[in-house]
Amino acid sequence: MKAANALTVLALSTLLVACSTDPEPLQYGAEPALPKPQRELLPAMNIADPVGWGEERPVVPTGYSITPIATDLKVPRHTLLLPNGDILVAEGKGGGAPKLRPKDFIAGYLKSKGTTSVESGDRLTLLRDADGDGTYEGRTVYAENLNAPYGLALVGNRLYVANQDALVRFDYQSGQTRASSPPVEVTKLPSQINHHWTKALTASPDGRFLYVGIGSNSNITERGMIAEHDRAVVWQVDAETGAHKTFASGLRNPTALTFQPGTDQLWAVVNERDELGPNLVPDYLTSVREGAFYGWPYSYWGQNIDTRVRPQAPQKVASAVKPDYALGSHVAPLGLAFSEPAMGPLFADGVFVGEHGSWNREEPSGYKVAFVPFRGGRPAGAPIDFVTGFMGADGKTRGRPVGVTVDPRGALIIADDLSNTIWRVTPR
Amino acid sequence: MELAVERIHHRALYPVHAFLLAATVPLFLGTLLADTAYWSTFQVQWKNFSSWLNVGGLLFGGLTLLFALVGLRHSSLRRGRYLAYVLLVLAMWVLGFFNALVHAKDAWGVMPEGLVLSVIVALLACAACWLGFSSLRTGGTP
Repeated sequence: MKAANALTVLALSTLLVACSTDPEPLQYGAEPALPKPQRELLPAMNIADPVGWGEERPVVPTGYSITPIATDLKVPRHTLLLPNGDILVAEGKGGGAPKLRPKDFIAGYLKSKGTTSVESGDRLTLLRDADGDGTYEGRTVYAENLNAPYGLALVGNRLYVANQDALVRFDYQSGQTRASSPPVEVTKLPSQINHHWTKALTASPDGRFLYVGIGSNSNITERGMIAEHDRAVVWQVDAETGAHKTFASGLRNPTALTFQPGTDQLWAVVNERDELGPNLVPDYLTSVREGAFYGWPYSYWGQNIDTRVRPQAPQKVASAVKPDYALGSHVAPLGLAFSEPAMGPLFADGVFVGEHGSWNREEPSGYKVAFVPFRGGRPAGAPIDFVTGFMGADGKTRGRPVGVTVDPRGALIIADDLSNTIWRVTPR
Repeated sequence: MELAVERIHHRALYPVHAFLLAATVPLFLGTLLADTAYWSTFQVQWKNFSSWLNVGGLLFGGLTLLFALVGLRHSSLRRGRYLAYVLLVLAMWVLGFFNALVHAKDAWGVMPEGLVLSVIVALLACAACWLGFSSLRTGGTP
């Protein structure tokens, strides 16, 4: 029966794919076009069809080159540039939320086709380019037996790692290739169910606080409201004591956090809800205001009510603030990094965003690294493609970008969790 | 003198067929009751229950439909009635399948279509059961 259902779903999805298109709306910036919610009997699905890179490479702008600096990793997600130029890679796959409904079995199976089959590394790998020629010849396992590590932050000699269930700390010494001792737990993180398991991490410029992005436990409360306690929030954690408070809420899945250089302003990219149609809801980039509520689950992009949530909360909806900048629906931003002048004049001022790519859309979106230009410290203008070609013209998907890190010497480091590669883009 | 003998084939449902048909009633009725509970409490666990009960109803209903279609081969004076029974089972299964797709919508997105479909499917299951058991039994009056 299950197999028959899955087949029917596949057949019907194919029919849907064949007979409709997703118009490309102008869905970036502060005031994105928001069509009416729509949900056919089957949600539009177009799952990535993975294939190896072979001789292909991601496409970069003229004047830039891209090289793989590490391959055969075990699901690389985020990277951290250490002061001596070494790169730490967090590798892992978390989650494992129980399947509750008939749908979970079918959708879970279909979506798993679009991701890597490599097992979770649960480790940190250190990459070193000792002679500075752009080839990372050194590669060691810095730490292992972690639990789906994702977010990374370095404050002085303290290396913080956000596992899917806890924030832990290593003592880091410059030049180390392996952690000298096991990690110390700073605080537990919400991990029950862990539908959205990734824990994004960044540190305040003064190093006093750590900020942890904790995703919702469902698409739109289908696991019940109780499961959403302490979810869809950004925590502020005292680095010394591990004490936390909720810094901002209503952010469905804040998958990358970073501070704007030279300011005390926290920024995030957030994955918004699915199954409201191909052009809803735009994922976004936003400055995160302390105490602000960003809508999830009750509303999106300010006061647009999501009728799938019961009981509703009109007062919460009234207080919801609009995010700063729409990146487009279903693009799935997972990486965020402020640029540096060394990245070249066109890409000097702004942020790079790693877009993992869509499933809930017939015409795929994302599957690239976009650049959002800034002016006067705020996003301004349309996003520019920086690295594309992760999904080829042949419809096959060769890679899916996650974390992005800027090397101030002039390089963008991209973690690709489908081909298990770290890419490095440099101006020539 | 010739005696006119009328041969009437009243067939009771084959026991397996009867078992499968009977099973659809509590399953689809359970779907409806669980949906009603979700409607009035907003507790999403009721919707998980209704989604699975509906799948159960589809499983037994699908097998019932197979038996019912096979039964079409047997000629009977009550063929019209039997055809109505088959059509009821078919309608129950098709609408139940649509209901499964509706129930795949997240949280309250299932409402109100899901509840309406659950009412219709439960009624169809009851009607199919009534027709299946009452009119086809040997010697009974419909």
